[in-house]
Amino acid sequence: MITNRRNAVIAQVFLFTLVLLWMVPLIGMVFSSFRPLAETSTDGIFSWPDALTLDNFRDAWERGNIPRHLMVTFIIVIPALILVLFFSSMVAFAVSRYSWKFNLSLLMLFTAGNLLPPQTMIQPLFQIYRRIPLPEIPLISETGEMRGSLIGLILIHVAFQSGFCTFVLSNYMKTLPKELNEAAQVDGASMWRQYWQIIMPLTRPALAALATLEFSWIYNDFFWAVVLIQKGDNLPITSSLQNLSGQFFTDDNLVAAGSLLVALPTVVVYLILRRQFISGLAVGASKG
Amino acid sequence: MSESRYPAPTEWAKMSRRDMIRKSAVAGGVVVAGGGLLAACGGDSEGVDTGSSDTSTNTDAESTEEAAAPAPSGIAIGNASGSVSIGSNASDEAPQAGLAAVVAAYEGANPNVDVAINTLDHNTYQENITTILQAQDDDVLAWFAGFRNKFFADQGLVGDISDVWGEISGLGEGFRAASTASDGKQYFVPTAYYTWAVNYSRPVFEENGWSEPTDLDSLLSLSEDMMAKGITPFAFANDGKWPIMGTFDVLNMRVNGYDFHIDLMGGKESWTDERVRAVFDTWETLLPFHQEGANGRTWQESAIDMMEGRAGMYLLGTFAASADDRLLDEMDFFNFPALDESIGALSLDAPIDGYQMVASPDNVDAAKELLLWMSTPESQNAYLSEDPSVVASNSGADSAGYNRLQKKSAELANAATGISQFLDRDTIPDFAGACGDMFAEFIEDPSGVGDALADLQEKKEAIFADFGN
Amino acid sequence: MAAPELTKSRMRPKKADKGPAAKSGRRSYSAMGRSDKRTIFAMVALPTSLHVAFVWIPAIATICLSFTNWNGFKFSTMKWVGLRNYKQLVTVFEDDFYESLLNNAWVLIFLFVVGTPLGILAAYLLDKNLRGTAVYQSLLYLPVVLSLAVVGFIWKSVIYSPRQGLLNTALGRTGEGDQIDWLGNSDILIPFFGGYGLSKNFLALIAPMIWQHVGYVMVLYLAGLKSADPSLREASAIDGANEWQMFRRVIMPSIKPVNVVVMVITVITALRIFDIIAVLNNPNGTNVLSVLVTDNISGESSSIGRGSAYATVLLLLCFGFVIWYLRNAFREELE
Repeated sequence: MITNRRNAVIAQVFLFTLVLLWMVPLIGMVFSSFRPLAETSTDGIFSWPDALTLDNFRDAWERGNIPRHLMVTFIIVIPALILVLFFSSMVAFAVSRYSWKFNLSLLMLFTAGNLLPPQTMIQPLFQIYRRIPLPEIPLISETGEMRGSLIGLILIHVAFQSGFCTFVLSNYMKTLPKELNEAAQVDGASMWRQYWQIIMPLTRPALAALATLEFSWIYNDFFWAVVLIQKGDNLPITSSLQNLSGQFFTDDNLVAAGSLLVALPTVVVYLILRRQFISGLAVGASKG
Repeated sequence: MSESRYPAPTEWAKMSRRDMIRKSAVAGGVVVAGGGLLAACGGDSEGVDTGSSDTSTNTDAESTEEAAAPAPSGIAIGNASGSVSIGSNASDEAPQAGLAAVVAAYEGANPNVDVAINTLDHNTYQENITTILQAQDDDVLAWFAGFRNKFFADQGLVGDISDVWGEISGLGEGFRAASTASDGKQYFVPTAYYTWAVNYSRPVFEENGWSEPTDLDSLLSLSEDMMAKGITPFAFANDGKWPIMGTFDVLNMRVNGYDFHIDLMGGKESWTDERVRAVFDTWETLLPFHQEGANGRTWQESAIDMMEGRAGMYLLGTFAASADDRLLDEMDFFNFPALDESIGALSLDAPIDGYQMVASPDNVDAAKELLLWMSTPESQNAYLSEDPSVVASNSGADSAGYNRLQKKSAELANAATGISQFLDRDTIPDFAGACGDMFAEFIEDPSGVGDALADLQEKKEAIFADFGN
Repeated sequence: MAAPELTKSRMRPKKADKGPAAKSGRRSYSAMGRSDKRTIFAMVALPTSLHVAFVWIPAIATICLSFTNWNGFKFSTMKWVGLRNYKQLVTVFEDDFYESLLNNAWVLIFLFVVGTPLGILAAYLLDKNLRGTAVYQSLLYLPVVLSLAVVGFIWKSVIYSPRQGLLNTALGRTGEGDQIDWLGNSDILIPFFGGYGLSKNFLALIAPMIWQHVGYVMVLYLAGLKSADPSLREASAIDGANEWQMFRRVIMPSIKPVNVVVMVITVITALRIFDIIAVLNNPNGTNVLSVLVTDNISGESSSIGRGSAYATVLLLLCFGFVIWYLRNAFREELE
C-alpha cells in the first residue's frame, strides 16, 4: 500500500506531531493527578514537583464512591448497548435490504431523531416517565414509576441512540453486495436467517465502531441520568466525578485523578474492539 | 396555599418591623430596624454580640391581630418512628460529615427513627431541584432561604411546617420571616449561614502596614497605596458569572440602601432608573482598581492571588478561605465601608441554608420532628463540630467554639440591619442569569451600560410577566 | 402504530421506490412470503415504537409547549400565548438568539474545514499500519471518551488559566495586568454583521471541540477504510496513480457511505453542541442554541415556554438539514 519510503516517513512525522499536539492538554492533567493541589495551585501545573503521590487516586476512588457507581453504570450500559445495536440493526436491515413503502420515511424518522438534542425532550419525557408505573421491586424500580428506575434510563438510551445507530448501520448495510440476498433467497433462507446469519456477521466492523462510540457515550452520559434518577447512589459513574467537585471549591487534581480512573473502561473497550476492525478485512475480500 | 395571582417578590421582601408583625409574610431579605437582626429572638444569645435587644418586647406588645409566631403544636423529639430520608446537597467532605453528625445525634435522641441520607453533589442538586421536588422521593430536602423557597411553597411542592415553628426556640424574627411564604405560613427551617465581606490576607497587610479601611476615603487611599506597590487592590474573578453579583449587591446597598436593593431584586424598580445607573457609575470608577480579565478567572485563582500578595483585597463570601489551608489562619475580612454616610454600611449578603419538607412525605411525623431537631442548638453544634465554615442559625448554638472567621461573621450579621440572600437567590433565577450576563459584559466594556440597562429592563419585564400567573 | 407516526412526520415515500428498487436488486415487500412479512414487521415495529414514544412524542410536546408560558410545575398554570415566545426571541432576547445562531454556524464551519479533514487524514495515515499505529489511534481517541468534567478542567485550568495556564506561561504573559483572558474576552475577532461575529473566547472554545471531533471522525473512517475493497487500491496502484489521486478517485468514492455518515455527524455535532460550553460555564459571547434551551428549562428556571421556543428553532434547523440531505442521498441512489 505504501508506494514509497519517503511518503511513509512523512506520514510518520505528521502522525507523531499530531498526536503529540493532541496529548499536550492531557499531559498537564495526568501530571497534576499525581500532585497535591496545594502545590499546583501556588507553583503552577507545569512546575517541578516536590513529591509525587497516589493520594488523589485513592481519594477519588473513595470519595467518588467509584466501585458503586461503576457497578450501576455497567448495569445500565451493557443492556443498553446490546439492545440499541440489536434494535438498530434490525431496522437498518429492513430499510436497506428491502424496499417497501415506508423505507424512506422510516429512515428519515430515525435520522431526524438522531439530530434532536436531548434538551428538546427532557421536560416532557420527565413528565411521561412519572406517569408510567412499574412494580416497586428492587432492580426493577425503587420508586414505583419509570422515573427513578434504571430500566427507564436504559430505555431512553436505547430510544435515543437508536437514531444514530440505525442511520449508520443502514448506510453501511447498503454497501454489502445485493447478490447476498438473492443467493440466500434461492437457498430458501428465512428473513431472520438472512439477517442473523448472513448480514450481521458482515456488519461487524460497523458494529464494532458503533459499539465503541456508543459505549463511551452511554457510559459518559450524565444528562439523562440526573434528570430521571434522583437517588444519588443509583447514578452512574459520571456522578462520581461530580461528587469530587465541591460546592464552592474544587480540587482540580483530585478531579483529574478521578477522571483518569473513570476513563479507563472506555479506553479498554476501544482497545478490545479495535481489533474487530481488522478482522473485518475479510468482508472486503468477498467480491460478488 | 394561595391560588390567586402569585404576589411579586417585593410584597414580602421589604418589611418594616410593624409590617412584619402584621402580615408575617416576607422574603429572604429582612429588615429589623434599630436592632440586631439575629437578636430579635427569645433573648438567649450568649457569646454573640447582639446589639440592642429591645425588639422582642416590642413585638410582643404589637402582636395582636395576626399572630406572628405559630402556636406550640406539641411536636417534640422522641414521638415519631419509622424511617425518613433526607435529600442532601452536602457532597463536600466537611458538610457531609456535618450532616451525618446531625443525623447520628438525632437517631441517638430518638432511636425509633431511622434516617437515610440521599446525597447528590451540590451543583447537580441545585440544577435539578425542580425534578427533585416533583419526584418527592425524599421527605426532607436541603435548600436555601430566599425567593426560590417561597416560589416552591406557592407551587405546592413543599409542605407547611408552621407547627414545627410553633416549637422552635432560638431562631429570631428575622429567620422566621425568611422562612415564611406569601400565605403567612412557614416552609423552611434555617440551619446555617455565611457572610460576604472584603477579605484580605493579614500577613500581607501587616507586612505593608495597612489596616482595615472604615470609609470610602480610606478605602481609596489604601487602593492607591497598593497600586503604587504593584499590588492590584481588588482581586476579581467571574468564572460562572455569579461571583461579581456580590459586588453589585453591596454597591447597590451602599449607594441606594437596602430597601431599594430588595425592591430592585423583586422587580418593583426599573433597571433604567437613575439610581441603578449611579451604582454602575460608582462601579466604573472602582474598576481600575480591580484585576483585569475577570471573566476568564475562577474565584479560587483570585483567592490564591490575594493569599500570595498579588492582590490586596477580595470581596467574596467567607468560603474564600477554603481555597487553601493557609487561608484559614491568614485570612481576615472587613465590612465594605459606607459610600454614603446617610445610608451607612449595615446591610450585607448573608445567604441562609436550611431544610424544607416536601409536600407529601412518606413519613410526615418523622419529617417534622427531624426538621425541629435541625433547628436546635444540639443539632447545630453537632454540625459545626465537623464543618466550621458556616455560622449556626440558632442563637443558642455553642459559639464559644467558633473560629476567628465564624465569630467575625456572626458579629457582622448580628450588627446588620438588612440581610439579603445574594442576587441569584433574591430574584427569579432566569432573570439572575440575565443580570449575570449584563454584569460580565459591563466589566469588560463599561461604555455601553446605558443601552445594556435598557435591554436588561426589557428582559426583566418579559421574565417577571410570566410570574404573575 | 408505526404507520400513523410516519405520516405524521409529513414525509412522503417516493413513489419511484418500487420500480428502480427492483432493478437495484432489492426485493420488494409485496414479493415476500407471509412469515417473512411478519418477521420484518416485528423487526421494525419494536424499535420504532420505542424511538417514537421516547424521542418523538416528547419532541413534539416540546414544540407544543413553545406556544405556552408554562413554569414547569402545575399544568393548571399553563396558558396559551401563541407566538409571543417567538416574538420575544427576536426582540427582547435577540442578542442571545442571534449570537447563538451564528455560533452554531461557526462550529459547523470549523468542524468542516478543520476537524473533519484532520480526522480523515489521521484515519488514512493510520490505516497504513505504520509502526505505533495502535498507540496513535488510542491516544487520538482518548479525548472522545473523557468525561466533560475533565475536559473542562483540562482546557480551563491547564491551557487557558490566566496565571498558570500553558498558553499564557508559554507566551510569558502571566503577570498582573498582563494576562491574556482566553475564556472571558468576548471581543469580536471575525465580524459578521450588526455587531455579531466570532468572539475570541468562542474561538477558544472551538479548540476543545475540534480536539474531540478529530478522534471521533478517525474512528469512523478507520472502520470504513478497513472494509473498503483492497483490490481497488491495488488495481489503481498498478495503473500508476499516485497517493493523492488514489485517495480522491478510488478510496473516497468507495467509502461513500462513511463519507455521508461523517458529514451528517459533523452537522449534528455543530447543531447539538452543548457540553463543552456548559462545562466551561458559558462565558459571555459563547451562547449556542442548546445552551439557551437548557438555561430556560432546566436548573431552577421556569421559562419552559421560551426554552421550548429555542428548542423548536433548533428542531427546525435539524429538520431542514435532514430533509435536504435525505432528498439528495436518495436522489442519487435512484438515478
